[in-house]
Amino acid sequence: MWFLCVFYHRLLDFRKPEVEALAELFGEEIAENESLQWRLPEHHHNDTPFHFVQLSSEEIARNIAKRSILVKGMYELWGEGTCYEELKESILSYPDSRKLQFLTSDSTFRISVETFGKALTFEEQKDRIQSLTYIPFEGRVNLKNPDHNFFLMEMIESEENNGLQPILQRRIFFGREVGFADRKLLPTFQLKSRTYLGPTAMDAEMAFLMANQAKATSGKLVYDPFVGTGSILVSAAQFGAMTMGADIDIRVVRDGRGPDCNVWSNFKQYGLPMPVALLRMDNNLPPWRSGLKEIFDAIICDPPYGVRAGGRKSGGRKILRGTVDPYTVPDDKRTDHIPSTGAYSLVECVHDLLHLAARMLVMKGRLVFFFPVLRDETGGEVKFPEHPCFKLVAVSEQILSSRYSRVLLTMVKVEPYSEEIKEAARLMHLEFRENHLKWLEDGNIHSSVFKPIDSSQIHTDPKAFKDPKPKYRGKYV
Amino acid sequence: MRLITHNMLSCNIKGVTNGFPLRIEAGNVIEKEVDFNPDFIRHMFAKLEWKALVEGARSMGYAELPEDSPDAAVLESDESFLKKLHHALLELHLEEGALVCPETGRKFPVNKGIPNMLLHEDEV
Repeated sequence: MWFLCVFYHRLLDFRKPEVEALAELFGEEIAENESLQWRLPEHHHNDTPFHFVQLSSEEIARNIAKRSILVKGMYELWGEGTCYEELKESILSYPDSRKLQFLTSDSTFRISVETFGKALTFEEQKDRIQSLTYIPFEGRVNLKNPDHNFFLMEMIESEENNGLQPILQRRIFFGREVGFADRKLLPTFQLKSRTYLGPTAMDAEMAFLMANQAKATSGKLVYDPFVGTGSILVSAAQFGAMTMGADIDIRVVRDGRGPDCNVWSNFKQYGLPMPVALLRMDNNLPPWRSGLKEIFDAIICDPPYGVRAGGRKSGGRKILRGTVDPYTVPDDKRTDHIPSTGAYSLVECVHDLLHLAARMLVMKGRLVFFFPVLRDETGGEVKFPEHPCFKLVAVSEQILSSRYSRVLLTMVKVEPYSEEIKEAARLMHLEFRENHLKWLEDGNIHSSVFKPIDSSQIHTDPKAFKDPKPKYRGKYV
Repeated sequence: MRLITHNMLSCNIKGVTNGFPLRIEAGNVIEKEVDFNPDFIRHMFAKLEWKALVEGARSMGYAELPEDSPDAAVLESDESFLKKLHHALLELHLEEGALVCPETGRKFPVNKGIPNMLLHEDEV
C-alpha cells in the first residue's frame, strides 16, 4: 500500500534512512539487498517534505510515524492534483470501498488545512474545507478528539520558500491520517533541561535519531563505548533498551559533578531504568574475557574526532618518551594512581571500534556512529572506514560549519567474526589509513577546522555581502 | 557493578592468560530493584559463563543459583528460575570493593559501583 509520508523539513539526509530502519523494526519484510520503495510527487524535488512510500500495512505506518523524529505524519492518500478541480476528480475516482468506512454516520471526523509556502487566513481555510462537500461525510465534526483525521495539504508557489527549492507547480493533497509523530518527546528530553551535561553531549533530537537507526527496543542491549554523560544511552533507554556504557575518563563516568549530577541522575530525571553497567576502560585494551562475543544488539556512539575533544588510550609515558623503561608505580601509590594516557588518533579509534563491534555485536546487529568529514570544495568522493564483517546501509550528513560536517554511518553485521576476518580487517585499516586520511592524522582535522580564513579572500566591496534572493538552504536545515 | 558485568570482564594485563573469572572482594553490596524483563534474561543466559556467575553471586551473598547450568528448556517453563537469575544478574550491586585477578592478584577497584579496568603503564 502506498502512503503519503510528510517529513519535517530538517536534517534531510536522515529522513529516509530513519523510516527504513523503523520499517524493519516494526516488521516490514525487506529483501536482502533492497530497501523500501519510494516515489516523489509529480514535479517535486527530492528535498520536498512529501514522499510516497510503500508499506505492507497501516499498522506499520502508524508505528513508524509514532516513533519517528523526522516524520510529521503518514496519510492514506485519497486524492491529489495541481488545482482543486483536479483534486476533486482524483478523490471521486478513489474507490468507495476505501472511503466509505471512514465516513459513517456514527463516527466523528475533523478536516485540517495545512499549507507549505504561504499562510492562509481563517476564511481562506474555511473556503477550502467547504469545497470538499462532494465527499459524503456523514459523521459529526469533533475538533478535539475525532475518530478520523483528514488533512488537506497545499504546497503554494511563492517567492520566499522557507528554504525549500522553488516548486515548479502548485500541488494539493488530501488524505486520511494513519499515523502522527509524538510531539512531546523532544521538548521533554531537550538538553537545556538535562541535569548532567558535558561539552560533547549529543542533542536529544540526534540521539533519538541514532537510537532509531540502531533499532533500539525493549529486550535489547545497547552499548556506548564513549559514554561520557550518557546522552545517547538516555534515548536508547527511552525506547525500552537496556543500556551499557564505558569511558576512559573516570571523572565523567563515576563522579560527574556531584552526587546528584552524574550519569545516573540523567536517567533518574526521566524515570528511565539505570544503565546495566558503567565502566572505566580503554577501548584500545578492553578487559573482555576471551570467549565473550555477540552480546550487544547495537553499538551507538560518537567517537572523539579530535576537534573539540580528543581521544585517549593507555600507555602515555611509554609512547611519549620512547626509549625510557616503562614507568613502574610504587606499591604505596598504586591504589589512587591515575595512569597517564597517550594520544589516540581518530583512525585508530575507529579501527578499534569496528573491531569491537565485529566481535561483540550479534549477527544483524547495528553499529551506528558519527564520522567527521571535511567539506572539500573539489567535491572528491569520500571514503569511509570499512570492515569485512559489516555492510554499510546508511550515510547521513549533518553540516556543522562551512568547513566540516559529520556523517552518521549505520552498519549492519553480516559476517561472523573470526581470526581470518581480523587479519583482513587489519589490512583494510592500514590501506585506509595510508590512502584516504592524511588530513585526519593527529590533529590535522582540528587545524583544518580552526584555520583562520585567508584574508585575501575577504571582499572589501560591501555589496558582495548583500544577497537579495534568499539562498536555497538545502542540507543546512 | 552487577554480576552481568562481572561475567564479561577479565584481567588483561600483558602476559596474563588466566585472567577470568575475577575474584570479587565485596566491600559494600546493596540490592536495587530492577523491572523484570524475561526476554532480556533469556537472551543474556546464552552468553553467560555459569560457574563464574554462581561463584560471583556467592561472594556477594546470594547462594540461590543451581551449581550446574540448567537446560534451555528450563528457561521457557520455569519463571521462578528466571526471576532468580534476574535477581542475581541485575539486582545485586557491588558499590565498593575490588575485582582480583586470579593469576597475578592485581586488584581492580570498584568505587561508586564503577569498576576501574584501566591498566597502569607497566602492565600494558
